Amino acid sequence: MRPYVLQGHTRPLNQVLFNAEGDLLVTCGKDSNINLWWTDNGVRAGSFDGHNGVVWTCDITYDSKMLLSAAGDSSARLWSMESGEELFRYRFNEPARACKFSVGERQAAISTDPFMNSVSAIRVFNIAEDPRDMQQTGPDEVIMLTGPRGRITRLHWVDNNRHLLSSSEDGMVRRWDVETGKVLQEAQLHEKQISDMQMSVDGTHFITASPDRTSKLVDTQSFEVLKEYKSAAPINSAAISPIFDHVLIGGGQDAASVTTTAAKAGYFEARFFHKVFCEEFANARGHFSPINSVAFSPDGTSFVTGAEEGNVRLHHFDADYFTTNWDRV
Amino acid sequence: MGGPTATLRPEEEKMFEGQPRGFPFGDFDLEDVMLPEGEDMGIPSDTDEDGQEEEVNAESGFGNVLVVDNLPQVPAEKYEKLTAILTKILSGSGRIREGGLFHPVDEATKMSKGYAFVEYENVEQARATQGALNGYQLDKAHKFAACLYDEFERLAKVPDAYEEPGERVFTPGENLLDWLTDKRGRDQFVLRYGDETEVCWNDAAKQQEESVYKRSFWTEAFVEWSPRGGMLATVHRQGVAVWGGKTFERLQRVGHPNVQNLLFSPCEKYLLTFSEFPDNRGRPHFVAHVWEIRTGKRLRTFDGPHEEYAVGAMARPDRGMRWPAFRWSGGGDAPVLLAHMKANAISVYQAPDMVMLDKRSIKMENVQDWEWSPNAPDATFAAYQAEQGNLPARVVLTKLPSREELRQKNLFSVAGITMTWHPQGDYLAVQVDKWTKTKKSTTTNFELFSLREKDTPIDMLELPNKSEKIQQFAWEPRGSRFALLHGDGSRPTVSIYNMKDNKSSARGVTLLHTMTNKQCTSLHWSPSGRFLLLAGLGGGHNGVVEFWDCEEMTLLSAGEHFMAQEVAWDPTGRYVATIVNAAAAMENGFQIWSFSGQPLYKTAHDRFFQLNWRPRPPSLLSEEKQREITKNLRKYSKRYEEEDEALLAQADTEFLAEREKQLTDWRNWLAAKKAAVEEREAFAREQLGGRFRAHEEFMLQEVEVSVVLDVKEEPANKV
Repeated sequence: MRPYVLQGHTRPLNQVLFNAEGDLLVTCGKDSNINLWWTDNGVRAGSFDGHNGVVWTCDITYDSKMLLSAAGDSSARLWSMESGEELFRYRFNEPARACKFSVGERQAAISTDPFMNSVSAIRVFNIAEDPRDMQQTGPDEVIMLTGPRGRITRLHWVDNNRHLLSSSEDGMVRRWDVETGKVLQEAQLHEKQISDMQMSVDGTHFITASPDRTSKLVDTQSFEVLKEYKSAAPINSAAISPIFDHVLIGGGQDAASVTTTAAKAGYFEARFFHKVFCEEFANARGHFSPINSVAFSPDGTSFVTGAEEGNVRLHHFDADYFTTNWDRV
Repeated sequence: MGGPTATLRPEEEKMFEGQPRGFPFGDFDLEDVMLPEGEDMGIPSDTDEDGQEEEVNAESGFGNVLVVDNLPQVPAEKYEKLTAILTKILSGSGRIREGGLFHPVDEATKMSKGYAFVEYENVEQARATQGALNGYQLDKAHKFAACLYDEFERLAKVPDAYEEPGERVFTPGENLLDWLTDKRGRDQFVLRYGDETEVCWNDAAKQQEESVYKRSFWTEAFVEWSPRGGMLATVHRQGVAVWGGKTFERLQRVGHPNVQNLLFSPCEKYLLTFSEFPDNRGRPHFVAHVWEIRTGKRLRTFDGPHEEYAVGAMARPDRGMRWPAFRWSGGGDAPVLLAHMKANAISVYQAPDMVMLDKRSIKMENVQDWEWSPNAPDATFAAYQAEQGNLPARVVLTKLPSREELRQKNLFSVAGITMTWHPQGDYLAVQVDKWTKTKKSTTTNFELFSLREKDTPIDMLELPNKSEKIQQFAWEPRGSRFALLHGDGSRPTVSIYNMKDNKSSARGVTLLHTMTNKQCTSLHWSPSGRFLLLAGLGGGHNGVVEFWDCEEMTLLSAGEHFMAQEVAWDPTGRYVATIVNAAAAMENGFQIWSFSGQPLYKTAHDRFFQLNWRPRPPSLLSEEKQREITKNLRKYSKRYEEEDEALLAQADTEFLAEREKQLTDWRNWLAAKKAAVEEREAFAREQLGGRFRAHEEFMLQEVEVSVVLDVKEEPANKV
């Protein structure tokens, strides 16, 4: 089916994200906007206005009531998904990058970049039943995790909220103990930064994306690399299909060198790999600059890509995608 | 290098006692054993104590003295003259110290004793002269024997009585032709990318390459196959190593510090190594060694004044020497000759003793360029002598060793000449650029020599537009056609000619076909002829390729390997590779095509430097047998096709089995994680309370959908 091209950003996209039901899509980008879209028809449902710096990442609660965003304006904000109203603002002295609700959404983890005298950190907060109450009480910081250098690009809560996984600019994935603040485990997965890390539905494995032109499927428990997907160009984002053994990879020639090369050498397609065979079997063209973020809808029937040029493309799979036996192709 | 593993002197044996066998290892990388900067690990370095080096120099005090023997013995009246001559010869490669020549005379007979002691300014000069002077032929009867004084003492100690050496055990050598025994007749190529060097089969049927041998840091510069594919040479800072056989064992290595280029003789017996650096006065200076590969023996060294070799077309603008200035003839049973050009002459040396053929160079006034015929038994070379005074310019074909002039052609107002030999030596094309009357522009024509015909007739060819620029001239291997790439601008014309009429096979240049406006920068004939590849390489051409059948003059297919910079046919003409090397920032790798332009497979390697097909030796089958095979090709090909199919079917099964295994492994892995998944779900359920829905809700269900595409009403036939 022809994709919906969602034109709601004037600058590069940073993240595209479905809610748990898959009916809503949140996109955020360097133009400091956060947009909300209906996924069945590509119509914009609204926007979350207030950030005045690049919005790096977002997270949505399981019941789609609340949105958390982390931005370069040194703040992270909690929004009401229904009204678009800002519920609470975490203020930092450093740009905020990754953010993630814990399972059950009683806590949130937010990473801040190294800046001036501050080092890179992950801050864990308790969230009040009604976040508006925190406007009086102030944020309830549980612990601050620091140590390794380099920006932390993505966060995931694992092991029944006891641990946090972080991916960082030095190509490392680390497991932190939220109680003690210690690094329990770490692995050098990439030569360059890890720009995206997405968890599988069952949480047993995750996928990393790196400009070192590889994407890796990793065991959540042991950090053992299970599979490796190679591209000819830097990879910015990778997602795991919730229903098939497929992974989706987005990236492309570095934006700085795009104008010096022919368009088709840019590798701006979204690429589908077989998760087990590590072979590319399909790709979707359309973007004319590097793809910065990709995501599968939770039911696996659609996928979305957001690129440097500011466009978001929302694809719904055709029927033959579901009828093909992909293990035999 | 000198093979320290092979010959350890007794005291060295003691030094390396307890070390692993073969220590010190020859093929280590110096970088690997260097201590980190500013850290000596408690190991004293011998450069720390400055005084020691002096001592080594003064060990005997005669390091710079050379003993030259086999001099003529002359009476007193000729003594002065001989001494003068000696002084001149001996100071060729080094400066003799003041009063450093001692040329003794027998007091009784007043005859000179026939030897001399020469003291040089330093050890290096003495060594250099020794190398150059040993074996110097003064005249018929006197061949110099030069020896360092220190060395001389050692040699003098050699016992006079001959002691029979023990019988050596024969160890069978590597089978250098092992790769030819491949059942499927595949070809090999060597790849160099990143720090890796890899030899692969080109497995076109399976559409992939298959690794044969791979080694990191195998070479420090480049690798090169020998002309018949028996050996692979790797280039290192210390010299050149030669490898071969099934497991790529080292066959030989030769020491030539900072070697830059190498040239195998076509018979694979000899190797020329070459290096060029400015001397201490900043002038170009070169060293070339000729080696016998089997023994590793150095046969001759060329290390003369640079200007003597860099003449005519061999001279670079910076007065250096163009590579290759030395060129091998030969192959097969014909004598192997090495030749180079010098001012007004060409010098030819005959292997293996590398003495000059007939002891004199071949005189050629004002010679500018020359080239051997590629066909060995000919031993013919073509040379171009430029205009001089009243003498016209001329191109002359000379046959060796008789020095007989096969044919010559006088030419006038020549601006430049390019000679192109047919790959089998059947023809020679001479592109002549001539000045117009105004001397402001040039026109081009071709003189085409037919060497296989009586008296070597010459045909003249002019293009319709004489002033057009010729970009390339390419002979069809094993055929009589040639292709021309001509025209200005980015879209030139390709013309294909034949040297004889195809029907009557009478001689006469005929135009077969002209293609205008081609996106083409170079022409590449298949090594077996007939098929021609037009390639648009480099910037702005995107790597477009066109495959032409010149028998039928039809376009077989066209394709593109984006950014391609090089084209390389395999030695059989069955496959061709297009290459994007590290000169391009992206897309590095290669693509293999069939001869008809079908893209077969593409492999990407970052920092891709080299793809070289392994050459094949000439066929052992007689001409008749080859013709018989071509005639009954169908019968033979049927058999091989069946074999190929069986192999492919097997490969398919293997491939599927491998996939099945991967899938099973993955499912087993997932199954092993089941407990963790359940625990996680339970936790999520607990945390989210009523809000939780398991993701099973999204599981795929098979639904049958029937759609009515079209409904038509037709009257039923009444029976």
